[in-house]
Amino acid sequence: MSFPWAKQYTPSHPAMVWLDEKLPLPRLIYGAVGAGYEVPRNLNYMYNFGFMAGLCLMIQIVTGIVLAMHFAPNSAIAFDSTEHIMRDVNWGWMLRYGHSNGAALFFAVIYLHIFRGFYYGSYKAPREMIWLLGVVIFLLMMATAFMGYVLPWGQMSYWAAQVITGFFTAFPLIGDGLKEWLLGGFAPDNATLNRFFSLHFLLPFVILGVVILHIWSLHIPGSSNPTGVEVKTKADTVPFHPYYTAKDGWTVGVFMVIYGLFVFYMPNSMGHPDNYIPANPMQTPAHIVPEWYFWPFYAILRSFTQPLLFIPGKLMGVLAMFASILVWFFMPWLDKSPVRSAKFRPLYRKFFWALVIDVLVLGYCGVSPPEQPYILLAQLATIYYFAHFFIIVPLVSSIERPEPLPFSITEAVLGHDGQAALAAKG
Amino acid sequence: MAQDAGIDTPAADSGSGDGALESGGVRRRDFINIAAVSAAGIGGLAVLYPLISQMAPSADVLAEATTEIDLAAIQPGQAIKALFHKQPLFVRNLTAEEIKKATDVDNNPAEFATLRDPATLADRTKPGKQNWLITAGVCTHLGCVPLGAGPGEEMSRGAFGGYFCPCHGSTYDTAARIRKGPAPRNLEVPPYEFTSDTVVKIG
Ligand code: HEM
Ligand code: FES
Repeated sequence: MSFPWAKQYTPSHPAMVWLDEKLPLPRLIYGAVGAGYEVPRNLNYMYNFGFMAGLCLMIQIVTGIVLAMHFAPNSAIAFDSTEHIMRDVNWGWMLRYGHSNGAALFFAVIYLHIFRGFYYGSYKAPREMIWLLGVVIFLLMMATAFMGYVLPWGQMSYWAAQVITGFFTAFPLIGDGLKEWLLGGFAPDNATLNRFFSLHFLLPFVILGVVILHIWSLHIPGSSNPTGVEVKTKADTVPFHPYYTAKDGWTVGVFMVIYGLFVFYMPNSMGHPDNYIPANPMQTPAHIVPEWYFWPFYAILRSFTQPLLFIPGKLMGVLAMFASILVWFFMPWLDKSPVRSAKFRPLYRKFFWALVIDVLVLGYCGVSPPEQPYILLAQLATIYYFAHFFIIVPLVSSIERPEPLPFSITEAVLGHDGQAALAAKG
Repeated sequence: MAQDAGIDTPAADSGSGDGALESGGVRRRDFINIAAVSAAGIGGLAVLYPLISQMAPSADVLAEATTEIDLAAIQPGQAIKALFHKQPLFVRNLTAEEIKKATDVDNNPAEFATLRDPATLADRTKPGKQNWLITAGVCTHLGCVPLGAGPGEEMSRGAFGGYFCPCHGSTYDTAARIRKGPAPRNLEVPPYEFTSDTVVKIG
């Protein structure tokens, strides 16, 4: 949004004046991510992950497009063409490791971005739409990552396709037909690989479109901040450029170091060795687990081993797994506290960290074999997960006594804010 | 709006031309609007149908296929995996003890009532051939291949001695009935017939 004190774009070079009249693209950029966009002065590093997520999306698109120049989406040769990329194509190994590790780090960044939202109440009015679009982005990311994982047509690829499309067989009556329609057959095969390739190529551009909407809706109220107090005066903000371009640039550098460590020194650390075995429809690997970023959801899926309320365990598991993400859509309305930031919400803050631990426990159960005590642990953690959203959050927001909020962002930063006090009087 | 756009449209009550009220109070232009929008809508749906239908299994995938399997070499207690409809098929020669384990459940009403997907061993095999347990090798949970039919998997048949799915722990008994874990149904029995004493035709 442009606060009244935001700088206006004033081109000086005649060519830029000419362009500004015909197509004001530089003006758009100046106002959206340049000196014309005013941002709270007190954002901490948790607010850098949105920018890093954008970078990750770009990395995935660039490495993905070049990989597609060498990959063959045919079940007879897909595995070999992947090995061809690894061994024969110039820099192919780097591009492929860059794409697979890039996907994993993209999820790491997104989880930090989402939990930043939970902590600082970023989903609250007037930023509900930013949050809702964010959840849509996350769902699209999951679909994209899954279909990408199927492409190399190794054992884990094949069985991921089988098990994940199997989710849909849980729905009564239409389930089996739905799975066959998704796969284009009774089991994953060439038809499946072909369509997954087509969609895996498409979806990142859909994500890009939703990210543009996400940022558009962000720019209407502008970013929130760690105090959760809205911007009041010019003293509360600084221009995005150069202040946040520089700050985001610094964390991009840190990100690239970590990314480089994975790509060059431990490229397979997050992968699964079974995926270097070509797909075999006759043999399921002894221990199938998804990539780490799906472990918590996988644990929820598996924790329904018995029918519940006459609903078969399989259907309950699938419904619970979908619900565990869909419930995020309701956060803006489940959390009724008028105070945004957990910094001033002593009770919510404790439950926030309890949720973090709960999700880590779920992740741990998700990667463990489906045996006791992990099944029981996953069941308890699943109950707690849903209790957090449906019981704890609404309850806490109505009984909690928040701590006093600072008068303004400037007061929170400097300890005093003469201007804001005057502005409030006048 | 026509007026907003500055287009000169005869008023509805001017009594003549496009805007004239027909007997039912319907203007000719309304009819054209509804007809055009309906045609576009139906046309859109007509285009959508092939776009959705193309994803369904294609004719070559659907083409009926049958598989013949020679049972002669399968010893009691042994099982093999065959390929049927591009998916694994389990053919198992049950031992007398395994048959008894399954029929003990059938003959004990209390225990039979606990089955998630009730069926007797006799229901799931051919008369006189109760030792031949022929089922899909596809877990009814999410489609993994359970352990217990492959070479060297005799020790991984799970607590009920039939098959064990490593993916999420579904456990099947010696009639390939679901007994424990998340799977909702027994392993599916495909249509098949014995063409001789030692040959079955699947499909
Ligand atoms: C491709 C994925 C994504 C990209 C590129 C992206 C990008 C961004 C950017 C650049 C910002 C502004 C900087 C910041 O506050 O960090 C932002 C803000 C935000 N994002 Fe995302 N995002 C993505 C996914 C998500 C997801 C999955 C969620 C939540 C489920 C989400 C929720 C939010 C919220 C609530 C804000 C506003 C924060 C505030 O102003 O306090 N985003 N996003
Ligand atoms: S697929 Fe067999 S238990 Fe889940």
